Amino acid sequence: MFSTIKNYTPLSLVFTFLGGMLLLFIIAPITGMYFNTTAAGLTESIGDESVRSSIWLSIWTSIGATIIFSFFAIPLAYILARKNFPLKNFVNSIIDIPIIIPHSAAGIAVLGIITRESFLGRAADLIGLRFVGAPAGIMIAMAFVSIPFLINAARDGFAAVPERFEKIALTMGASPSRVFFTISLPLAWRSILSGLILMWGRGMSEFGAVIIVAYNPQTAPVMIFERFTSYGLKYSVPAAALFVTVCLCLFIIFRMVKKKNNA
Amino acid sequence: MLNVNNISLKVGNFELKEINFSVDKGEYFVILGLSGVGKSLLLETIAGLRKPDNGSIFLRGKDISKEKIQNLNISIVYQDAVLFPHKSVYENIAYPLKSRKAKNIKDEVLRCAALTGIEDKLGRKPDTLSGGEIQRAALARSLASGSDIFLLDEPLSSLDSKSAYELRILFRKLNREGITVIHVTHNYEEAVSLASKIGVMESGKLVHIDSPQEILRHPKSEFIAHFIGVKNFLSGVLKTIPENDLKLFITGGIGIFVLTEMEPGEAFLAISPDEISISNKTEESSSRNHFKGKITDIARARLGIDVTIDAGIEFIALISTDSLKELDLEIGKTVWINFKASSCKIYK
Repeated sequence: MFSTIKNYTPLSLVFTFLGGMLLLFIIAPITGMYFNTTAAGLTESIGDESVRSSIWLSIWTSIGATIIFSFFAIPLAYILARKNFPLKNFVNSIIDIPIIIPHSAAGIAVLGIITRESFLGRAADLIGLRFVGAPAGIMIAMAFVSIPFLINAARDGFAAVPERFEKIALTMGASPSRVFFTISLPLAWRSILSGLILMWGRGMSEFGAVIIVAYNPQTAPVMIFERFTSYGLKYSVPAAALFVTVCLCLFIIFRMVKKKNNA
Repeated sequence: MLNVNNISLKVGNFELKEINFSVDKGEYFVILGLSGVGKSLLLETIAGLRKPDNGSIFLRGKDISKEKIQNLNISIVYQDAVLFPHKSVYENIAYPLKSRKAKNIKDEVLRCAALTGIEDKLGRKPDTLSGGEIQRAALARSLASGSDIFLLDEPLSSLDSKSAYELRILFRKLNREGITVIHVTHNYEEAVSLASKIGVMESGKLVHIDSPQEILRHPKSEFIAHFIGVKNFLSGVLKTIPENDLKLFITGGIGIFVLTEMEPGEAFLAISPDEISISNKTEESSSRNHFKGKITDIARARLGIDVTIDAGIEFIALISTDSLKELDLEIGKTVWINFKASSCKIYK
């Protein structure tokens, strides 16, 4: 380790210092939160049915939203990577819109298309599906703000696959769909998996858009916010620490799956 | 077997222009040209991967524009990005068989692998193979696809000389067994050693199609002329001079007197560098051609010195070291070059 440091130039030492400060900026608030949580508070949160159900709701709705919307996002990413068409840059810009608009505004925009007065809301009503104040609405809100992460990662992944592999496969008698499923998709899978993890993580932590579409049932971020506004910092920290722990555990598991996939 | 009729295709700023040729069954046709002249583009068009703007391609008597690519039964092997990297050699060779829902896949994979000498590497992933092994596996996969026409895009370019030599033997063997080959390369020796017919490509055009022997004997492109050591190679127009046994060859704004029986019209002119003499002043001699120019390069040749003179167009003269010293030649000096009309070889 010392010999490594010895090889550092003054510039790289400055960069290491600045980078270290940034890492501290990320790590300090999270570790601080754990220091402010007592074991008793954490145990109480685990035992609290409303905390458990809100965390579980966040987990399954975010995974559900990621899986359902990936069926639309991956084909779109493939088209964006492979085809040239008029207004392609415009389409690419549209995809990034959810990243740049305030998430509360995103929630209001989503609410506009899923209320019972809207076309989608009325159509869903016919089959007994409700969006507002329901898990289906939460999934739509989560997907709206997180889908750019999947589309962008998958598009870059497909673009990095040499087109020649697909051409060779076509001349080998494979149909375009076989080429997609046996060549393009497996070769772009690393990037797609990264996109799926990012989309899921971003969706699960979403607060602004979700609270507007569904205050109840409460996802974990809404539950933490409610505890903070109703009872103050002291009562919200254990629930927050528990949710962050669950998020980190899932994140590590997904990363390990990805690493195994890459090997 | 394959008829390419007048195809043109524009991709960005590059254009294939009015390409015509045909390849008979069992022929080994090499398309020879420098990098960036459109060889790969032409190959992909023949494979049906690109649609020509004009013209038609008939394969086994059928217009390929009316067929799906997967039904063309034509196999393409690229220089790089050859094997599917996420599949083993076995899975690569089995890929076309599975695509066509073939029976006895294992037997067929083993047969094709044995033909190309890759049977001991079937379990390996492409990134653990050498360049030559990758090309062998790709050829085995092409054989497994049941295709009787292989399109090879610079298949030997990234290989060491031993692997390239061994693969040339394999190409010949496959060709002898009935596979028709269209092979694209920038390597002249590769072309001559493999081809039964060569097409020379320049700037998106096939400028000369003939047997290797004819191409060598009568080059019609600077590219070929350069390879066979013809250093002064010019294309131009031959004109008669009234009441004179000489003719005038017009090229690059200058006229060269030539003694030839060739009919007037577009033609090629070659002058051997040892036929050109250099002098510091105009000289009276039997030479009909005298041009004033500036020396742009002096380089040692295998025997003597090559002096390049820009006289509107560039000529290379071969002189001795003694002459170089005696005439006090150096880069930038203005000199005269002289050569006889009879030393110019004209052909069409």
